[in-house]
Amino acid sequence: MSFMKKPTARHPRLPVNEVGLTVRDYEGGMSTLCAGCGHDSITGAIIEAAWQLSIPPHRFAKLSGIGCSSKTPAYFLGESHGFNSTHGRMPSVATGANSANRDLNYIGVSGDGDSLSIGMGQFAHAIRRNMNMTYLIENNGVYGLTKGQFSAAADIGSRAKKGEVNLQPAIDPCTVAITLGATFVARSFSGDKQQLVPMLKAAFRHRGFAVVDIISPCVTFNDHEGSTKSYKYAREHFVPAVAADFVPPAVRIKADYDEGTVLPVQLHDGGVVYLRKLDKDYDPTDRIEAVHTLMRHSKAGEITTGILYVDESQPDMHELSNTTRTPLVDLPYSKLNPGRDMLRKIQAGYR
Amino acid sequence: MLLTRRAGLPPRKLPKPMSTSKLSQRRPADNEFTLKIANVNGTGSASANALIMKTLFRMGIPVVGKNYFPSNIQGLPTWYEIRASERGHLARSGHIDLMVAMNAETYRKDLECVEPGGYLVYDSTWPRSNLLAREDITILGVPLAKLSNENFSGARARILMKNVVYAGAIAALLDLDLEIVSDLLNATFAKKAELLDANQQAIRLGYEWTRENLATPLPFVARKADKTAGNIIIDGNTAAGLGAVYAGATVGAWYPITPSTSLMDSFKRFCELTRKDPETGANNFCIIQAEDELAAIGMVLGASWAGARAFTPTSGPGVSLMSEFLGYGYFAEIPAVVFNVQRCGPSTGMPTRTQQSDITSSAFASHGDTRHVLLFPANPEECFYSARQAFDLAERLQTPVLVLSDLDIGMNDWMCPELQWDETYRPDRGKVLRAAEVEKLEVYHRYVDADHDGIAPRTLPGDHPKGAYFTRGSGHNMFGAYTENADEYKQVVDRLLVKWETAKRYVPKPVTQYSERNRIGIISLGSCDEACKEALHDLAGQGLGVNYMRIRAFPFPDEVQAFMDAHDKLYVVEQNRDAQLKSLLCLECDIDDNKLGEILHYNGLPLPASFITDAITHDLAKGVAA
Repeated sequence: MSFMKKPTARHPRLPVNEVGLTVRDYEGGMSTLCAGCGHDSITGAIIEAAWQLSIPPHRFAKLSGIGCSSKTPAYFLGESHGFNSTHGRMPSVATGANSANRDLNYIGVSGDGDSLSIGMGQFAHAIRRNMNMTYLIENNGVYGLTKGQFSAAADIGSRAKKGEVNLQPAIDPCTVAITLGATFVARSFSGDKQQLVPMLKAAFRHRGFAVVDIISPCVTFNDHEGSTKSYKYAREHFVPAVAADFVPPAVRIKADYDEGTVLPVQLHDGGVVYLRKLDKDYDPTDRIEAVHTLMRHSKAGEITTGILYVDESQPDMHELSNTTRTPLVDLPYSKLNPGRDMLRKIQAGYR
Repeated sequence: MLLTRRAGLPPRKLPKPMSTSKLSQRRPADNEFTLKIANVNGTGSASANALIMKTLFRMGIPVVGKNYFPSNIQGLPTWYEIRASERGHLARSGHIDLMVAMNAETYRKDLECVEPGGYLVYDSTWPRSNLLAREDITILGVPLAKLSNENFSGARARILMKNVVYAGAIAALLDLDLEIVSDLLNATFAKKAELLDANQQAIRLGYEWTRENLATPLPFVARKADKTAGNIIIDGNTAAGLGAVYAGATVGAWYPITPSTSLMDSFKRFCELTRKDPETGANNFCIIQAEDELAAIGMVLGASWAGARAFTPTSGPGVSLMSEFLGYGYFAEIPAVVFNVQRCGPSTGMPTRTQQSDITSSAFASHGDTRHVLLFPANPEECFYSARQAFDLAERLQTPVLVLSDLDIGMNDWMCPELQWDETYRPDRGKVLRAAEVEKLEVYHRYVDADHDGIAPRTLPGDHPKGAYFTRGSGHNMFGAYTENADEYKQVVDRLLVKWETAKRYVPKPVTQYSERNRIGIISLGSCDEACKEALHDLAGQGLGVNYMRIRAFPFPDEVQAFMDAHDKLYVVEQNRDAQLKSLLCLECDIDDNKLGEILHYNGLPLPASFITDAITHDLAKGVAA
């Protein structure tokens, strides 16, 4: 269960980061997800990325909605405050928290049901506000907790465990995010830690709203022949397909991935999905080019991964609002109270 | 005043009813009259109406303005009703002594609602059918459009100035102090010289024509008095927004909805005025217009969880949408302040009409065993102070607090005592452990009730690694961990009831008028207050002594039960169809509901005193007949 504590014994020679912490200090409770769930790999990548960046765990705030994915904040960063909110509403809670304390590192964990169905509105408007946070969609194309219904991310022709075929077009969170003005959009695969860890580090470091869509197969309800998000296929065929890592000024991210492989995934209807590496000269700062590439590849049945779009120049929510640099929670009441004289002055206009 | 329980005492004989006819036989008098202006919305009549009202106020006569406006931008009927009452009765009077009928579309109805013996002013520029007449009132024609058209050019200016011309005519009819009118115009148009001249001229045109052509002034006029010193004219939303600034709120999230929108406008205006960092010009506040009410309350919970004072203004439909999150706030124990400026329901209802019909939906908003602390301000003054009270309660009790204002309070112009600020006030942040305190702890768990008042200390994100906890709406135990264990779950929800009992000690007590001699009492809340007080006065004038308790909060403090025990007959006066306050009283208190009568006003207009006095006298007459 999620409240179970992991053993506290540490290997004495575990490496420490710049703030003197080992990777174990970034862990959380025991996962209660199915054995082999893709989400647990993402949890591992978050822990690794946060540790590598040497951010003290309590300077993160982790938020989520409802669903399997949204349980995962209990499994990482045990020393940071967590907020497991209501279904599809995490973006608003994150917005509020961020408005009150702009200095924390916000990680939002959502799923495809949480973000693309019930929470589509909040997801869209959080992007528009460009608040400074990393927003993960742990995307398995299926509702796990209610046992296997299609989500809005399921591809046309994708087959459910009990045989039903999805006929409605999928919502691609990356295309949506880019067209809505997101300033950092990336896609990865839960099984590809080599791609994911540096990508998450870049997302954490991005100023503004970073959307990371992570294909994360559901071993229980979407791991069969005919599923386009099958874990088995991915395990057997997936090769990292990274074109670009975002490297913020003065921070070098070591990119340690293989290059140049295309992953063919056979669809039940005879089609093929390619998880493929982007062109070497792909420009992730060109919004139109990014959308064009995504749609072109999608039409060909391929899933493009990597950091797809990034724009560091856009003002974030607080810059747009001209909020004071000090987190609002740290302003003393003396700075907030206009005082008795001002009240008298104001009321002179009400006579 | 100490109330004692009287349960078990035999009921004394109820007083005899008096004739109802006496009560409705009113005549306007100097400084005791109501005028109503019927107009078309979008014609700029608001400034002319405000001018008349403020002139009366500055003449020292207590005054109230009620705006009956359509949910529309231009072209539909709108009315503005001004009641002047030196005696200080500032509920809607329910009687029109002088009607200014500017809207042909509603003329027939406007004509009908003038009290016998009253007056009606119409625009005599165009001929008027003789059918549209009444023998029992005096009809006065003033060529308003003609005067305006002859003196001003441009269609818009002519329409606007026609309104100012009628203000001039009323000044003549009611003998308003022209110097005050002129001063008000000077202040309003201080920076717009051209408009100032036009307005001054329009006032003179209306005033002089009326003086020359009609018998002026009317038998009832405005005479200088001294009853408004130390008072202001303000609406409840403005006062509540200002109150939120003074309470130290830094985050406001909202979605526009009538009639609450002007509350956030007010917060924003006063933040811009008082919360700019003097050095950087940056905002010491953050206002977010959300995509909907679900997001607005989510933002409030997020900001409060992070340690800010955050609020959202909304109305009934918004509260419906916020319900899921309100339940979350209750169960996860996160402070939140919601101003619910109630309007007419159900559903979209009548967005520009008033009601108190969200009492039960606010008290129990959300699924499961959820209950919320409510405050019931009665007027703009209390809206101002209730902001501070709501934040203090929300943080002390770590739970959402809903302030139930309504359209009548929120959007109408009320006279109330000048707002005061106690400079020694410091926000009650409740039990919050900051970094230094967390550091001293061996271990921290979120929901351990060490003080046995149902409230466990919280910590803030980012403060200290030892203070971290996982906030969840799912079942949790006292340590904050997920649970499906029957005992652990029950322990938490039972503690929330302990906290509910604690809340009774912190919420404001009812305001009562009590005399041991009286066996009858009125129980009411919120904007019914003015009408209730006037009804008490009128009933006393007829020899019927009635006690009064105005409830100011839910949960009900013990004084509510005591007041009910001390009476043989009680009337619950409220503005909804389903007797929602009475229902709550029956649910929460120990009361024989036969003892509780109900007086329900729910047509969307503010409650007049006559509605209460008529209901009580009829009911008592019924009792005697039986």
